[in-house]
Amino acid sequence: MIRVVLPAHLRALAHVDGEVQLEVTGPVTQRSVLEALEARYPMLRGTIRDHTTQQRRPWLRFFACQEDLSHEPPDAPLPEAVATGTEPYLVVGAIAGG
Amino acid sequence: MSKVRVLVGTRKGAFILTSDGKRENWDVSGPHFAGWEMYHLKGSPVEPNRLYASQSSGWSGQVMQRSNDGGKTWETVGNKFTYDGVPGTHQWYDGTPHPWEFKRVWHLEPSLTDPDTVYAGVEDAALFISKDGGQNWEELSGLRGHGSGPHWQPGAGGMCLHTIILDPSNPSRMFIAISAAGAFRTDDSGKTWKPINHGLRSQYIPDPTAEVGHCVHHIAMHPSRPGVLFMQKHWDVMRTDNAGDSWQEVSGNLPTDFGFAIDVHAHEPDTIYVVPIKSDSEHFPLEGKLRVYRSRTGGNEWEPLTKGLPQSNCYVNVLRDAMAVDALDKCGVYFGTTGGQVYASADAGDTWAPIVRDLPAVLSVEVQTLS
Repeated sequence: MIRVVLPAHLRALAHVDGEVQLEVTGPVTQRSVLEALEARYPMLRGTIRDHTTQQRRPWLRFFACQEDLSHEPPDAPLPEAVATGTEPYLVVGAIAGG
Repeated sequence: MSKVRVLVGTRKGAFILTSDGKRENWDVSGPHFAGWEMYHLKGSPVEPNRLYASQSSGWSGQVMQRSNDGGKTWETVGNKFTYDGVPGTHQWYDGTPHPWEFKRVWHLEPSLTDPDTVYAGVEDAALFISKDGGQNWEELSGLRGHGSGPHWQPGAGGMCLHTIILDPSNPSRMFIAISAAGAFRTDDSGKTWKPINHGLRSQYIPDPTAEVGHCVHHIAMHPSRPGVLFMQKHWDVMRTDNAGDSWQEVSGNLPTDFGFAIDVHAHEPDTIYVVPIKSDSEHFPLEGKLRVYRSRTGGNEWEPLTKGLPQSNCYVNVLRDAMAVDALDKCGVYFGTTGGQVYASADAGDTWAPIVRDLPAVLSVEVQTLS
């Protein structure tokens, strides 16, 4: 079970409270986690990754295990602690606006 | 008895204001989509409880919402806006080529005949259509593919397609406006487009009478007279009597002819409203007095409407999509400000009162008259 923490405005959009728990088949990577997330919550398509390029939206970051994974290749394996559900995968909104 | 529903888009959510036909007491619902920029909400003229809304944020991009019960509940619909073919380039602020990039939906215009058909005007400027209630969007690329497209340049607010007007007498005819390219017309349902900027004069561009490049802020039309359009340009209030083939200035005695909003009385096609703003560098009313100006002669002769509006220390702006009218008798006129007030007049502008005073900055106001 993969645990995903979304920023508040995306939790509201997806109508969820707290963490999201996902089953991911195959290798646990950023791409596979985000695809599972978007399959469960289609309203999130385009809000985390660009529809066409699949690039991370610039004002969002991906963290896990106290590391910034935003610039890691999307098909690189996520840390074991994320794959086992010990640690969550965090989608974080940039602090912006002064 | 008739009812009025006012759809308000703000920087931090949407609000729905409702009243009976007297328009004295208002219920306020919201914020809907709290924290998101709500550029525009609009209802279908043929199925008024079908609403469409543009929801966006710098963090998470564009989301589209649809309601089938007048805004009580909402569902997300398609948010994939892909330019047709190779997007190409337009001009950037420094004159260099810049790739077309989708940023947000500025304006939604539901079809006059089909509740599932809706047009979207977007930044970077393009026109999209959905024929399935907003689930899927397709670009009407004849507009962006018009020969002048590579020369379009953004205005200070971005290169946005902000105005879409459907001709009720001719389903093939549509008008749009882009900042800062100008106004365009199609007579074949969006396949081909013609710039309609003859008569506009803009001192801030190298050729003041160029075919494209004018910063059109908004256009309004009375449905009974679709060949007559009124335009608030960056500077100048303009009028055409031949569907945009040529324009004449009708600023007349306005104290300043800069502004954003313009609209037409629901029952008097020659009665129009603007909110003069001091200048392009000072986006607030002259002398701190918030005044709507009304012309009953189709322009040139204007009277200030001040009763109930702040006449000192008022430094708000009224944005291009933030004025609308209802269809009751007497005609109601509504506008929202960047200070978060929504003002209403139930007597065609003679007197005003705020419906709400402290919303986030208002981006858009639309009104539905419900039976």
